[in-house]
This record gives sequence, structure tokens and C-alpha cells, in this order.
Amino acid sequence: MVLISALLVQAVQMVAVVLLAPLLTGLTRKVKARLLRRQGPSVFQPYRDILRLLRKDVVLAENASWLFRVAPYLIFAMTWVSAALVPTFATGLMFSWSADLIAIIALLGSARFFLALAGMDVGTSFGGIGSSREVMIATLAEPAMLLIIFTLALVAGSTQLSTIAAFMTSPQVGLRVSLGIALIALTMVAIAENARIPVDNPATHLELTMVHEAMVLEYSGRHLAMIELAASLKLLLYISLIACMFVPWKLATPGAGPDAYLTGMFAYIVKLAVGAAFLALFETQTAKMRVFRVPEFLGAALMLGLLATLLLFVSRSL
Amino acid sequence: MTPVLAMLLCVLAFLATAVLAIFIARANRSTSIIYGMSLAVSAIAFATALTELFASALPADPPVLVLPLGLPWLGAHFRIDALAAFFLAVVDLGGVLASLYGLGYGRHEHAPQRVLPFFPIFLAGMNLVVLADDAFTFLLSWEFMSLASWALVMSHHREAGNRRAGYLYIVMASFGTLSLLLAFGLLADPAGSYDFAAIRAAEHSPPAAAITLVLLLLGAGSKAGLVPLHVWLPLAHPAAPSHVSALMSGVMTKVAVYGFIRVIFDLLGGPTWWSSMIVLTFGAGTAVMGILHALMEKDLKRLLAYSTIENIGVIFVSLGLALAFAANGMGLAAALALTAALFHVLNHSFFKGLLFFGAGAVLAATGERDMEKLGGLIHRMPFTSFAFLVGCVAISALPPLNGFASEWLAFQAILQSPDLPQWGLKIMVPAVGGLLALSAALAAACFVKVFGVTFLGRPRTPVADHAQEVDRFSVAAMYVLAAFCLLAGILPGFVIDSLAPVTLSLVGGKMPVQASEPWLSIVPIAESRSSYNGLLVFLFTVFSASFTAYLVHRFASRALRRAPAWDCGFPLADPATQYSADSFAQPIRRVFGTLAFRARERVDMPAPGDLRPARLVVKTHDLIWDRLYMPIVGAVGFAAEKLNHLQFLTIRRYLGLVFLALVVLLLVLALWS
Repeated sequence: MVLISALLVQAVQMVAVVLLAPLLTGLTRKVKARLLRRQGPSVFQPYRDILRLLRKDVVLAENASWLFRVAPYLIFAMTWVSAALVPTFATGLMFSWSADLIAIIALLGSARFFLALAGMDVGTSFGGIGSSREVMIATLAEPAMLLIIFTLALVAGSTQLSTIAAFMTSPQVGLRVSLGIALIALTMVAIAENARIPVDNPATHLELTMVHEAMVLEYSGRHLAMIELAASLKLLLYISLIACMFVPWKLATPGAGPDAYLTGMFAYIVKLAVGAAFLALFETQTAKMRVFRVPEFLGAALMLGLLATLLLFVSRSL
Repeated sequence: MTPVLAMLLCVLAFLATAVLAIFIARANRSTSIIYGMSLAVSAIAFATALTELFASALPADPPVLVLPLGLPWLGAHFRIDALAAFFLAVVDLGGVLASLYGLGYGRHEHAPQRVLPFFPIFLAGMNLVVLADDAFTFLLSWEFMSLASWALVMSHHREAGNRRAGYLYIVMASFGTLSLLLAFGLLADPAGSYDFAAIRAAEHSPPAAAITLVLLLLGAGSKAGLVPLHVWLPLAHPAAPSHVSALMSGVMTKVAVYGFIRVIFDLLGGPTWWSSMIVLTFGAGTAVMGILHALMEKDLKRLLAYSTIENIGVIFVSLGLALAFAANGMGLAAALALTAALFHVLNHSFFKGLLFFGAGAVLAATGERDMEKLGGLIHRMPFTSFAFLVGCVAISALPPLNGFASEWLAFQAILQSPDLPQWGLKIMVPAVGGLLALSAALAAACFVKVFGVTFLGRPRTPVADHAQEVDRFSVAAMYVLAAFCLLAGILPGFVIDSLAPVTLSLVGGKMPVQASEPWLSIVPIAESRSSYNGLLVFLFTVFSASFTAYLVHRFASRALRRAPAWDCGFPLADPATQYSADSFAQPIRRVFGTLAFRARERVDMPAPGDLRPARLVVKTHDLIWDRLYMPIVGAVGFAAEKLNHLQFLTIRRYLGLVFLALVVLLLVLALWS
């Protein structure tokens, strides 16, 4: 019975993350447009975009190799698997033990590896510029992320997301300076990882400022749909990650009744909406940085991560 | 027949092969015969070593075989314990695959008489180092291995730069052996017994232990490529033929790691916590500097050699952690860290061998090592490029391949550090963890560059355009290694279990048995703390990717047409407009290189009316070479200059000098007592 419910939760989660991801992107765009006093497209526009792209022909550059064609599916699959392992509305996922937080982040790293390679495949200068900047950002974001994981593992005694989430709901957490710092650092890393303002601009097509968009410039049709869906999924993943560790309220625990799962799902959607609103608000407040200011931004995240860890060494209760 | 005897017979067979090679090297089929024989002998040796490692009832004290060779009062001691069996397996598996690769690649060799005799000798030397059980045999084998590899480095001695590489290598190798000699001199008990059993039993005073550690870091570290003793490695490893480069980078550096583990963990005993801080510092510095150097490099083989330095750093970080935990009696954590180190030793021998084989294949197909003259090889060398891609993913520590499994274990070991009592270590270990993550991320950047510039994009030169796929032996060797990279990545539990006897004998602890975990997960301590399942991650990824691709092709669209690249409307026909290795590394050079290499960029803009092209001038400095080695070179040159006068004296003055020296020595002796 427990096994069946765990499997069911896992299956629901796998489907839910894919279905909700474009909505999250749409909602962010909508809030952003409203904040700029624009009407903005409907929140369902990303679904229409993806369906339209899926139906279109692929226009493939002449010297694109098999890697270019396989990469979108691989990137999507890796992001999907990672997103399916983060507790969203319920803990106790069937396969949550198959990858801890380090492995989830590393799997996103694999997705990025293939995306950067795909950017290099056609042999255009824009693909190269995107890939080289993307890996530069990654070299700064990944150590910062590890130190954040280190802080969380010190507090919760585990790198396993379900254990961390369970610990965070328990009353022994309280307010901690280290967790606050880790939350700021994690938010900064999440912004960089998702190519959002001020690190990168998802709406831009001004060539010299692009990072993520430059890498995927040669993609079209169903391949582009996969890439876009993976990008939405990654945003959803990071918001879920922050939600399950810092606001783990109403997460359904294994063995709870169906109403607990429904509340969990409802709470999760609310959390996503709040996350999208905050993201849109933040993006309208800041301007995009020059590329070589990004190291300072991420360096600050790295230092915050280290500071949080060291605080925990001074006192376990900070 | 005991396993030790079997291994020694294999060594003898290697030497016989070498002797045969001297006579038939110029003959027609010599390449096939010599590599075939090396392959067979390595395979037997590998099987023996593996059986020995897996023999569940390893005797606590494996028998020592003493042969009446070497020093008359000592004899030559040989022994295989769990540690030696593991490293013998690594060495001989490397030997098997390098020989297999050599069967095809060796045909391109224009001077086989310079390679064939030394190849089996090199394998014999590496086996002997691991088999040795006394200091004399160990050092002799170590020199044997160094000289054989030196001869292989010098096999293409007419090519530019190779002689300098060989010179630097022999100087550093001699320096390393000298350090080891002094270390063993300190370790031997006053009675002067040099066999390892006596050294192990003897008490070592703390100062002697400290000096031994430093000497070991100099001796084994210089062979392994620890920064700042690494300078010879990126010159010498690429100079050898590619299958030998693979052996030197993938296997010989591991023999150096073996030497370090054997002395520090086994012979010295009683680890101290501050010694771990030294090892951690060197390890973390090596990892980051090695991969930063690799990122700046555009010579394919030299880049791989620099990446070897990075991986050695990763291994030493894990070894340092193991020392720290062992010094504090945390057996389980020490076993975890040591397992991470040994697992990475195995992994690195897989993917570095694979990558050097791939680089050799590119070299054989195009004659180029400079990445900026390659490109687009994925179309012309499909088999090589796929195997190379697997190697790139594996070395970048990305799941689900093997590089990630060992780095994950290292991170899990780092997460045990809050339990350490010493404040210095407590603060240092998270910082080292950050550096480890930085080096892993930089490695991923580096190998995106390697694969992207060499194999993707458009060919930059005609040779790259006309490349042909290499022979089937080379391809087979690469695919065997690629399969190992995948298997060790998705089934890490079996590797961890087979390492248990090694950690048990060295740090007195072992990780929980992994094979009985459900779904073949790996669980270092407890499932609630952390677990990883490479198999499931791999299966999920493959399944969801193919499922999505099927759905999209079935229900959405499968139409495809080819058109010129879009490139924002400005597709330029010249392949030189692509991103090159240098331009790819430019953002990272600006972020890290200004500090690490004092990299400076300057735009050389012609004056108005001047018709010469504008240029971007980039200057980087190897600070370690400039600050550490150049003064030494200067001092040696100065001393040589001064002492040169002594060569041209008359006989009277020589006699006077001898007399003076005698008087001074006698005076010193008189005053001393």
C-alpha cells in the first residue's frame, strides 16, 4: 500500500512538473508585463508556443551533427529527472533516494554540458559566445551551490532532500542566521542558473548580451520546444527547491490521507505563484549586468555560502 | 604457484618480450608480435591481480617472497597485499588496453625500434614497483620505471621540444628518486633493515615522520604531478607516443600515488592531523591550478596532461581527508575518503586512457595536436568522437558516468568534517570542498572546450576536413574503456565493495557492504543521510529521453530540412569565424587568469591610415615557473659559471686544493668532537 502510494506520488509529480512548468513561465511573464503597465500575453501562451513549435518542421543547419539532434531530448530528460526528484507537494517520493541534492545539481550540470556542446556544434560565432559564457557562469555557480548544500547538510545532517524537508518542518529549526544567508545565496545561484536578469535576459535577442539564447540560436521546431520546456522546468525546479527547503509548509508526508495531498498540491501551486511574482518583481527592479560583472555577483553568493558554513562551525544553533 | 610468483613470471615475460623486440624491431610484423605479447602477458597479470583482490579470504599477512637478488644481506622482497593487488589491477588493465591500442596505432610509428623494446620494460617496471616489499627493490624498480618511460618520451627526439621535455623529466625524476631515497633512509630502523615489514614495525619519531611526509610529497608528488612539482609532466607525457602517454598519465601517476599511500598510510603508521592539512593544501591547489592550466591550453595532448594534474589533486584531496579522519580515529569516514581516492584512481585510469587514445586517433588521422587546426571531426570520425565524448562526460564528473561517482564520495567524505575536533581542519575542509567543486566545474568547462573545438563545428584546416576513421584495434580499445566508464558509473557499489579489504588494512575501517543495497544504490553511511543510484539515474534519463523523442516523433512532427546556419542572419563562410580554443577560454581567463597567470589583454590598434590589421595580444605567465624554477635555474647556472674556472687549473693548484680540503676536513673533525 505504501509502495503503491509512493509510486503514485512519484508519477503524479513527474506529470505535474511538466504540466506546470510552462504555466510558471507564463505567469512570470504576465506579472512582469503587468508591472510594466503592459497587458502581456496570456499565462497560457507558453503552452501555445510549445505546441506550435512541436508541430513545425525542424530547420537544421547544414553541418549539424547527430549530437545537435540528440541534445534537446537529453537535456529535457536530465532536467525532467532532476525535477521529478525534488519534493514538490509531497515528500516520500518513490525514487527520492536515487539522487541526493549533490547528484541532482550535478545532473543539471550534465544537461548544461550537452547544451554548451550543442551551442558549439554548428560552428557559428554566436553559439560559441553563448557556450563560453555559460560555462564561465557555471564555474562560479557550482562551487557556491556546493557550499550552500554544505550549510544545509550541516543543519539537517543530510544531503537527502526529503530528509532536509522533513527536518525543516520540524520545530527544532527555528530562525537561523546561517539559513537566511544560505537562502540569499541560493536565490542568487538560482537566478544565474536560470539565465534571469541581472545575469542574463531570457527575453533578449540583442546578440552581444545573450548567453542562454545565443547557445540555442540554431534550434528550431520540436528541438527548440524541448529546450524551452527544459528551461521552464529548470526554473520550476529551482523554485521548488527553495520552497521545499525554506517554506516546506503543507508538504504531504508519506501515509497521509488524500486531502493532505490535495492541500499539498494547492500549497505548492501557491508557492510557485508567489515565487513567480517575486521573480518578476525582482526582474523589473534591476538592470542586466555586464557579463564580467557576473563573477562579482556569483562571488558574493560563494562568499555568503562560505560565511553560512563558518557560522555553523562557530555555533550549531546560529 | 603463488600469485607473487605468477606476477614475477609475468614481469620476466615482459622483459623477454623487450629483448625479443630489440632483435625484431625492424622486421615487418614486429609491431603486432610485440604488442600482442604485451597484451597477453598484461592480461594474465591483470587476471592474477584481480583474483588476488577478490579473494575474499585474503590472509591478514600475505606471504613475502624473498629472492636472492639485489643487496646481498637484504635480498629482494616481493609481496601482494590488498593495496598492491588493486594497483596491480589498475596497472595491468592499463597495459592490456594500451597494448590493444598499440596493435593498430603502433603501425603509424616511423621508428618502432625506439618504442617497441621500451614498452614492455615500462610495464615491467610499473609492476615491479607495486610488487616490491623492501626499500631497495622499490627504489630500483622506481628508477627502472622512470628510465623506461624517459626512453619512451625521447622516442621522437628529433621533434621540437621533445628533447627539452626529456631533459626536464630526467632532472625531476632524479630529484624525486633522491627524495624517496632520503625518505627510506629516515624510515629504516637504526639496524638498517630496509624490508617493509621491519619499517612497519619500527617506531618513527614525530620529526622523522614530518620530514618523511615532506620528502614523500616531493618524491612521489613530483612523479604524480603535484603542483608545484608538475612542470615536467605537461611536457613529457604528450611527447611520448599516444598509447604511452595514456600509460604515463593514466597509470604511472597512479604508481606514484601507490608509493605515497604505501609509505604514509602503511609504513609510517600513526597519521597526524596536521599532516593531512599539508596534503589537503597541496591537493586542492593542484586540482585548481592543473585545470586552469588545461583551460588555457590548445594543444590537445598537453591539455590532457594538465587535466591529469587536476585529477591527481582530486585524489590527494581525498587522501588528505582520509589522513585527517584516520588521525582522529574515525574509521568509517577515513574508509569513505580513502575509497573515494582509490575509486578516483581507477576512474582516472579509465577516462584518461580513453582520452589519450582519442587524442592519438586524432593525431593519427590528421597529424595535428593543435585544437585550433581541427574541428568537425564528429562527421569524419564518428566512432572515435562518440568514445571521446563519453570520456569527456566522465572526466567532467557528470552523472551518470564514473567520474561523478568518485567525486560524490569525496563530497560525502567532506560532509563528515564537522565531527573533526581540530578547528584548523574544520575551517579548512569546507573551503577545500569549494575548491573541489570549482575544479569539477572548471573541468566541465575545459572538456566542453576540448570536444566542442576538436570534434564539433566546421573543419578549420584541410587535414581536419579529410580525416579518416582510425583502425579497429584503436577503436576497440577506446570502446572497452568507454564501457568501463559507464559500468563503474552505474554500478559503483561493486567497485566500493572490492575496495573494502584495502581500506580495512590501511585505515582500519571499511564502508558498509553496498552490493546488498536495494536497486544497487550506494549508501556511504545511512540512507537518510545520502544515497546515490547511478543505475537508476542512467535508466531514467535514457528512458525519459527516448520516451519523449518517441512521443514527439509519433504525435507532433518528424519533418526535417537542412538549410544554411542562421547565426542571426550573418552566417560567415570562413571557418575561422568560429569560436576557437582561445576565445572559448577567454571569459574564464579574464575571471581566473588575471590572478592565476597574471593574464593581460591588450588591443593593438593601428593608427588611422595604417593598413595593418588590429590585433588582440594576450600575455600569460606561468608564475610557478617564473618564481620557483627560474631562480633555481639561475642559481645553478651561476654556480656552474663560477666552478667552471676549476677546470683549467695547473696540477700544482689541484694538489694545493686537495691538501687544503684535507686540512679543513681534519680541522672540522677535530673541532666536532
